[in-house]
Amino acid sequence: MSIVFADLDSDLLGGRHGPAAQFAMTLLVRFAEAVGASKFIDAEAAHIDGCLYHGQVSLDFVERVVELGGHVRIPTTLNVGSIDLIHPELFRGDADLRASGVRLMHAHEQLGCIPTFTCAPYQTMFRPRFGAQIAWAESNAIVFANSVIGARTNRYGDFVDLCCALTGRVPFYGLHVTENRRARILVEISAVPTEWLDATQTCVAVGYLIGRLCGERIPAIVGLPEASDDDLKALGAVAASAGAVGMFHAVGVTPEADTLHDAFQGSPPEDTIELGPDDLRGVIRCLSTVSDGAALTAVSLGTPHFSLDECARLVTLLSTGPPAKVDVYVSTSRDILHELTARGWVELIEAAGLTLVVDTCTYVTAVMRDLTGVVMTNSGKWAYYAPGNIGVEVAFGSLADCIASARAGQVVRAGP
Amino acid sequence: MILPATSLVPGEASGPVFALSQPLSFWGGFDATSGRIIDRSHPQVGARLSAHVLLMTAGRGSSSGSSVLAEAIRLRTAPCAIVLLTRDAIVTVGAIVATELYRSSCPVVLARDSDWPALAAASRLVIIASNKAASLAVDPEG
Repeated sequence: MSIVFADLDSDLLGGRHGPAAQFAMTLLVRFAEAVGASKFIDAEAAHIDGCLYHGQVSLDFVERVVELGGHVRIPTTLNVGSIDLIHPELFRGDADLRASGVRLMHAHEQLGCIPTFTCAPYQTMFRPRFGAQIAWAESNAIVFANSVIGARTNRYGDFVDLCCALTGRVPFYGLHVTENRRARILVEISAVPTEWLDATQTCVAVGYLIGRLCGERIPAIVGLPEASDDDLKALGAVAASAGAVGMFHAVGVTPEADTLHDAFQGSPPEDTIELGPDDLRGVIRCLSTVSDGAALTAVSLGTPHFSLDECARLVTLLSTGPPAKVDVYVSTSRDILHELTARGWVELIEAAGLTLVVDTCTYVTAVMRDLTGVVMTNSGKWAYYAPGNIGVEVAFGSLADCIASARAGQVVRAGP
Repeated sequence: MILPATSLVPGEASGPVFALSQPLSFWGGFDATSGRIIDRSHPQVGARLSAHVLLMTAGRGSSSGSSVLAEAIRLRTAPCAIVLLTRDAIVTVGAIVATELYRSSCPVVLARDSDWPALAAASRLVIIASNKAASLAVDPEG
């Protein structure tokens, strides 16, 4: 197998665009060989998941590129880092880790990346257009871009995402190619639990199940109740946590699935999965490791980062009722924090006893004050990862359940 | 016996063979500090991979595995070479980054299906991988 190089690729490899781009292109060629791509195409934008400190190698790689005078060639957003740079006092880790984390975030800014520091770059002004070829990292963002927006990216990650940004080139394979975006598995929702009044829990349950059952094969979901962008975000986030999902179709909802025929591009499904109310209830139950009534130590919201709409729903819930009895963390982006400030919502949220966290997330770094007990969340992704990552017990519930529980100091359900 | 292979990351190495009985995710499944398998659901949990030629039929897991492998190569706890049966981007990227940053090579090669039984049965392999091609010497004498 050999790769056909465009003139730009040869120039990049030959060093005509500087030593950093040359270094990046050399690595990209190795990557392209490993995934079996036969050419490169232009990427319109990149999203980099290199700001979270994984060890010395994270810093060595980026600082090498900085030393070589590197600069991104396309608009490039940044995923969460290890430190909330707006509220640095929230970090509870050791000083070395703090220093390395901050250095890593700033090194990416030196390369010309935009300091968005969010896992939801689709909630910023850099949201890609339908059909855009992009190089995105961060599993939930990848699923959202492919599925909800119809932009095209593979599941990029470590080092490769930055190489695409430094060259503006991306290997042409996988989900960049139209044929590979067709659904393989038909997921039919026969009915949803009647006690669930909105689509939120259904989306989390379906997302978890497609992650578990579909692996890398693209599902087309039929029978999903009317879902908001935030519901689809939650679906994709938990799907990409429980499995290697890079894309889903929801027939009649997502842009490449107006009809079942469109979703499958005319081919028959390889498999069919039927989901009923009991399957969905079972998932929601298993996302909690404790029973209702358990005492809480904290609540964590905003994984992926809360959108402005989700903040608005939060503010509505907070406008009546007593303050929280336990720590409540709300993770969002610095851009959305700016919007909250402009609306006067920051004071309101803080007066209710909540802590806003930006630039990072509560399960990837040391922010939470007390990890000894049960933490409640409205995020399927957080519920999936936090027990392993930070060793807490988890209760899963709706946003309203979480706020009611924070006020009660124990896991309660908000009721209809 | 000398077998040809496809070179994915150049370098030279030799060592005892460690054949994974199941795919391993380096992220969450391998500890770069100790060089051991830490995935409790893996049948070879606890085994130390350092300085071994690692045989993998397929890769698995999060792309953060590239960082873990690169960090292990930096710390000299990594396998000394990796022989794959199917192409794997996570392993390739981790090894090439460490080679570029630390001049501490961990060659990665792709073996032929038909050679796999002989490789898995070998006790020792010598790997020579250039930019163009690679060879695997099975149980060399001396």
